[in-house]
Amino acid sequence: MGTIALKNVQKKFGDVDVIPGVDLAINNGEFVVFVGPSGCGKSTLLRLIAGLEDTTGGEIVIDGVDVANVPPARRGLSMVFQSYALYPHMSVRNNIAFGLKMAGQPKEIIDQKVAKAAATLNLTDYLERKPRALSGGQRQRVAIGRAIVREPKAFLFDEPLSNLDAALRVQMRIEIMQLHSALGATMIYVTHDQVEAMTMADRIVVLNKGRIEQVGTPLELYNRPDTLFVAGFIGSPRMNFLQGDVARVLGAQTVGVRPEHLALSTTSGQWPGKILLAEHLGSDTFLHVDGGALGRITARAPGEFPQGPGSPVWMTPDSSRLHRFDSEGRALRG
Amino acid sequence: MARRQPMQRRVITTAFAWGIGFAIFFPILWTILTSFKTELEAFSTPPKFLFFDWTTENYGIVNERSDYFRFAMNSVILALGSTVIALLFAIPAAWAMAFAPAKRTKDLLLWMLSTKMMPPVGALIPIYIIFRNTNLLDSRAGLVGVLFLLNLPIVVWMLYTYFKEIPGEILEAARMDGASLWKELVFVLAPMAIPGIASTLLLNVILAWNEAFWTLNLTTSDAAPLTVFIASYSSPEGLFWAKLSAASTMAIAPILILGWFAQRQLVRGLTFGAVK
Repeated sequence: MGTIALKNVQKKFGDVDVIPGVDLAINNGEFVVFVGPSGCGKSTLLRLIAGLEDTTGGEIVIDGVDVANVPPARRGLSMVFQSYALYPHMSVRNNIAFGLKMAGQPKEIIDQKVAKAAATLNLTDYLERKPRALSGGQRQRVAIGRAIVREPKAFLFDEPLSNLDAALRVQMRIEIMQLHSALGATMIYVTHDQVEAMTMADRIVVLNKGRIEQVGTPLELYNRPDTLFVAGFIGSPRMNFLQGDVARVLGAQTVGVRPEHLALSTTSGQWPGKILLAEHLGSDTFLHVDGGALGRITARAPGEFPQGPGSPVWMTPDSSRLHRFDSEGRALRG
Repeated sequence: MARRQPMQRRVITTAFAWGIGFAIFFPILWTILTSFKTELEAFSTPPKFLFFDWTTENYGIVNERSDYFRFAMNSVILALGSTVIALLFAIPAAWAMAFAPAKRTKDLLLWMLSTKMMPPVGALIPIYIIFRNTNLLDSRAGLVGVLFLLNLPIVVWMLYTYFKEIPGEILEAARMDGASLWKELVFVLAPMAIPGIASTLLLNVILAWNEAFWTLNLTTSDAAPLTVFIASYSSPEGLFWAKLSAASTMAIAPILILGWFAQRQLVRGLTFGAVK
């Protein structure tokens, strides 16, 4: 089992209120991603759950027990760090076995569990190596191996892929997702990369300035963002925000439309504009358009777009996919 | 090195470096040379550099007159004893300051170092009286205590700079893995810090070995280390340069040899953290 509930969890560093009070319930077996810009408190929140930081107030309930004052080792959680944090003086085998040794498990069981974890993670051939003789991806797998042998109630990942190159990141992302479905364990994953959040999460928790902006499945956040912040943070390229007359007509302070929800035409449409820049990705083309009074707009054209910079273009938004926000940045619905 | 230095300049800087190195080493070399001279030649003018009647009679006389090994044994006990005790206190202290710093940690470090700025003679009389009243004069235990306290600030400072270089996440990983504070120190921090702990140990042994002020003032015979052995040859009845030199050579030989073998560790230890 691995249910985690945060009840009004608070953290202050001196006079600075890093986390003013967070409530969140995480179900057993769920893959939850904390996402937000740097400094939003997502890593701090994870470290509070881990027990590496002391809370200033509130409860952290794991499987029905408040562990806010329990040392990290006794919370039954495993953590994978951004820097991997492997023990540099120990072989891969001893790195993975360390937690089991600390728990005083008998040697045969340790060997058995290490062998199984190594097989799962393709590390069997590297067990006698030191971490410095491994590549980044292998090191990350050792860190994961160290986490899984302890059979924790939940796994905590603190930006585990940000030190890897892009190709490896995609591969490790898939491996972690496969691991999640194989183990069925609760996982909390911190990242600043919204693509990682969208692709991996069962539920995403968007954090901003230490507060939860919205919690929901990736598509809920994409389709129905509660706030301007979430709307701008989820989705790539970023949602266009339009103010002024366009918004007023719709009874809103700000209107948001995603680049992929603009139909493009070289001849006619609702909003005229001029192409400033075209980014060709092959599968898509992102156009940066000067929309006159509307300001600068990003639009996505599937495949290749025939016109280049300087050419006129017309954009027609999908009216069913417009997002309206009030002056406080909250979504207006209905 | 992106730019090659012109040959001439390299020759000059190399010669200059060797010159300085030689100047620093010269007193030791001169001591060793003098120890092989007769008393007469030892203060002849002009001084004789290499061409004199080499003799080992000074060593014979020094060995006959005083028990070198008793002094040497005291030096070993004092130097090692005070260093090991200092490490036992300094490792946890440096751990706390490096990995769990508080608001005043920097102030604390500076305050500790400031105790080294006070001239030791300022504390001589109170410490002498305390030692006399507690029967610690001329005892190894008392002197180990003084040397330990004397060098503790430096030991803490050195270890602190080493520990600072170790990523805290590794210790946190150990904590997540269920290591108690003690196991975290023994199985994770200490093995990673071995180079740093070793050079701290070496440097501190050298400092304690050469410490003369307290050892001369607080001992007479039973606990007297090699510094007292040397001093016993600078007697008021007349100077015996050759014998004094022989005694000095014998006193510094062990530490000189140790230092020679450990020079790589020492250089690394003293410059650690300087670059980065």
